[in-house]
Amino acid sequence: MSATVETRDTVEALSVEKYKYGFTTEIAMEEFPKGLNEEIVRLISAKKGEPDWLLAWRLKAFALWQKLEEPHWARVEHPPIAYDELYYYAAPAAPAPKSLEEVDPALLNMYEKLGIPLNERAALAGVAVDAVFDSVSVATTFRETLAKSGVIFCPISEAVREHPELVRKYLGSVVPYGDNYFAALNSAVFSDGSFVYIPKGVRCPMELSTYFRINARNTGQFERTLIIAEEGASVSYLEGCTAPMRDENQLHAAVVELVAMDDAKIKYSTVQNWYPGDAQGKGGIYNFVTKRGACRGKNSKISWTQVETGSAITWKYPSCILQGDGSVGEFYSVAMTHNHQQADTGTKMIHIGKNTTSTIISKGISAGHSNNTYRGLVKIMPNASGARNYTQCDSLLIGDQCGAHTVPYIESRNASAKVEHEATTSKIAEDQLFYCRSRGLSEEDAVGLIVNGFCKDVLKELPMEFAVEAQKLLAVSLEGSVG
Amino acid sequence: MTALPTRSLEAWRYTDLRPLDAMSFAEAPAASIPGDLPDIGVPRLVFVNGRFDAAASSALMFAHDFATVTEESDLPLALINAQHAQDGLTLEIPAGVDAGVVLLISYANGGALHPRHRVSLGAGATLTLLEVIKGEGVYWHNPVTDIVLAQGARLAHYRLQNESREAFHLATIRVGAAADAAYESFTAVMGAKLSRAEFHVELSGAKAHTHVNAAQLLGDSQHGDFTSVVRHKAPDCSSRQTVKSVLSDAARGVFQGRIEVDRVAQKTDGYQMSQALLLSPAAEMDIKPELQIFADDVKCSHGATIGALDEEQVFYLRSRGIPEDTARAMLIRAFLTEALEPVTHAGAHALFEAAIETWWTGK
Repeated sequence: MSATVETRDTVEALSVEKYKYGFTTEIAMEEFPKGLNEEIVRLISAKKGEPDWLLAWRLKAFALWQKLEEPHWARVEHPPIAYDELYYYAAPAAPAPKSLEEVDPALLNMYEKLGIPLNERAALAGVAVDAVFDSVSVATTFRETLAKSGVIFCPISEAVREHPELVRKYLGSVVPYGDNYFAALNSAVFSDGSFVYIPKGVRCPMELSTYFRINARNTGQFERTLIIAEEGASVSYLEGCTAPMRDENQLHAAVVELVAMDDAKIKYSTVQNWYPGDAQGKGGIYNFVTKRGACRGKNSKISWTQVETGSAITWKYPSCILQGDGSVGEFYSVAMTHNHQQADTGTKMIHIGKNTTSTIISKGISAGHSNNTYRGLVKIMPNASGARNYTQCDSLLIGDQCGAHTVPYIESRNASAKVEHEATTSKIAEDQLFYCRSRGLSEEDAVGLIVNGFCKDVLKELPMEFAVEAQKLLAVSLEGSVG
Repeated sequence: MTALPTRSLEAWRYTDLRPLDAMSFAEAPAASIPGDLPDIGVPRLVFVNGRFDAAASSALMFAHDFATVTEESDLPLALINAQHAQDGLTLEIPAGVDAGVVLLISYANGGALHPRHRVSLGAGATLTLLEVIKGEGVYWHNPVTDIVLAQGARLAHYRLQNESREAFHLATIRVGAAADAAYESFTAVMGAKLSRAEFHVELSGAKAHTHVNAAQLLGDSQHGDFTSVVRHKAPDCSSRQTVKSVLSDAARGVFQGRIEVDRVAQKTDGYQMSQALLLSPAAEMDIKPELQIFADDVKCSHGATIGALDEEQVFYLRSRGIPEDTARAMLIRAFLTEALEPVTHAGAHALFEAAIETWWTGK
């Protein structure tokens, strides 16, 4: 048997390997009737005991959403989404737990399978985990430690009750409810998500983390995350996603808003591993997410790092509005697509303040029959004197049935600003592959090694525990792509 | 008439044709030609307000009569052109013939002009086509140029767009290149109140090659849009693009360049660079370089920069005793050099150099 045939056989064996996280947890679910109308929006709001202003806000968003049209400019294709066939609220039937001991053991067991045993992870890694199981946060750890330093880290539904003045002030201030089709939908029906508030001068004593997980069949996930860092505050926030195997496509339309005041720093890291669909492109998550950060204060900094390996479709542009003078925006991204996955992702850097700087490093890897698009905007406004941007977008193609696309928009209206952009597209060099193979690495390991090297500039930006997971994910996602 | 494209179309997001839409143009009047049309000692063909002027032109055995136009694309401007086209250059160079240099002059001073030019080169034929486009007053020039290159043919196509500062210039240039053919082009964008040059180059045979270069030199409130789509449809083709923009006053420059690589176009080598210098605070540059790639064994890259003249370089020259204005002129000339590379014909090169010099001193 020749080496190639052997590789192909191994690859075939691997590619039918079940999605590692493709299991479901059987627990009683409380569901609203499916479909979307004003009644459902009112039900969600009532269920959460929300104040009138929030219900009014949701209803305004819903009314607008009905008038909006789904965007079609991205390079993604999917059958029409039947919004009336989705469930807009699902939560474990038992009342929300007060501590880890109260958490449903079936849930804890599931997280363990995912590699995030709450107790252990919390103890060993010093990470506070706010785990979102479908729509309701089931456990929040290290709340006391955080509370001591004045940090608020809780489900957003709780924040609405406990800190209404903060939520009201900032909710929708970065991503208004009418921002786009999916943001409007999210604003109308968002079920839960995380809320983080770091008071003035506080450096958050630990990295905050949330695991999102889609569980119930036919349930759209509509998280809403709001992070506020007051003057001189800093925080690092991690978000990881895995989802069980499903045949139906599931919609995930989240909104993330970040606000950084003077000298504040927010680092937001994501490892996205939603179920990508099977090798034939059946099933998988539609991940339509609006993420945006506002650098409102002087010398503030917002840094997005993302590793996107999952989802059937990814539509996501974490952006920075660089309003404060001297503020800094960063975007580090690895997007890998395989089989029939489609990714259209990138960033927007809007330079408004003087001496604002932004860095964009994007690495796209396409394999199988997938399509991978970088789409980004760098905009220098007339007052952004001394602004600086550097962008690098590299694409790697593995196999001759995939596509890699780069669509950057660069608009400069200030002569003293300096904008640089470079992009390359290529395949893995034969000589690199040959070098690794001659040292005894299998073809698959060699490709994995080279791809990890290709992504290094981004992976090194991830917090350590995520970097390790991300490297493993890349290797797993690549399985079956060579040969 | 087909409606003008609006900014809601992705291909037109940076160029707003409403100022043109608001105007109404009568049919272009007959006009006599000015005396200062360039003459570089080669056969020349003169179009005045979109009509061929035989008296001012040299006899050329490869030129043919104008034939009616059918438009197959859905490009709005090409459709409008097809609806109005009444004249245009028809040049057919037989296989194996080296047709030397031909000068094509378009002069206009009023009305709406929709010439349809057609240039075809037989297998192995070569031609250098130098276009000089100029005029006076208010008019709308909407030329479409269709170019067909058979196997191994080589066309060098140089365009000096120096329209009246009150005019609208919207040119569409479409090229099909067969195996081993080469299309080498350079466009200088200097004139018109609002202009767009839109290139569609298809490399449909193996080892075809193209250069689609441009230099935009704009001032006042001029708007210049250089848009190109280079499509690799066969293996082993190569494309090179260098687009340089120098913008002063409240000028706005646009570059949109897409490289498309089809599934079959393995071993494609595509390169694109666009750089802009903003010389004044009110100038604006918008760049959208795009890669759309469906083949894996390719080497494609693009780069884009926007910024001001490097003050350190200016300082270096001044410290050597060179006056500031001369220093800046030198740096801008150097900045433009790379874009002019495909212009290998000495006469054409001199013409562009002179035009750039005039632009700089007139600023």
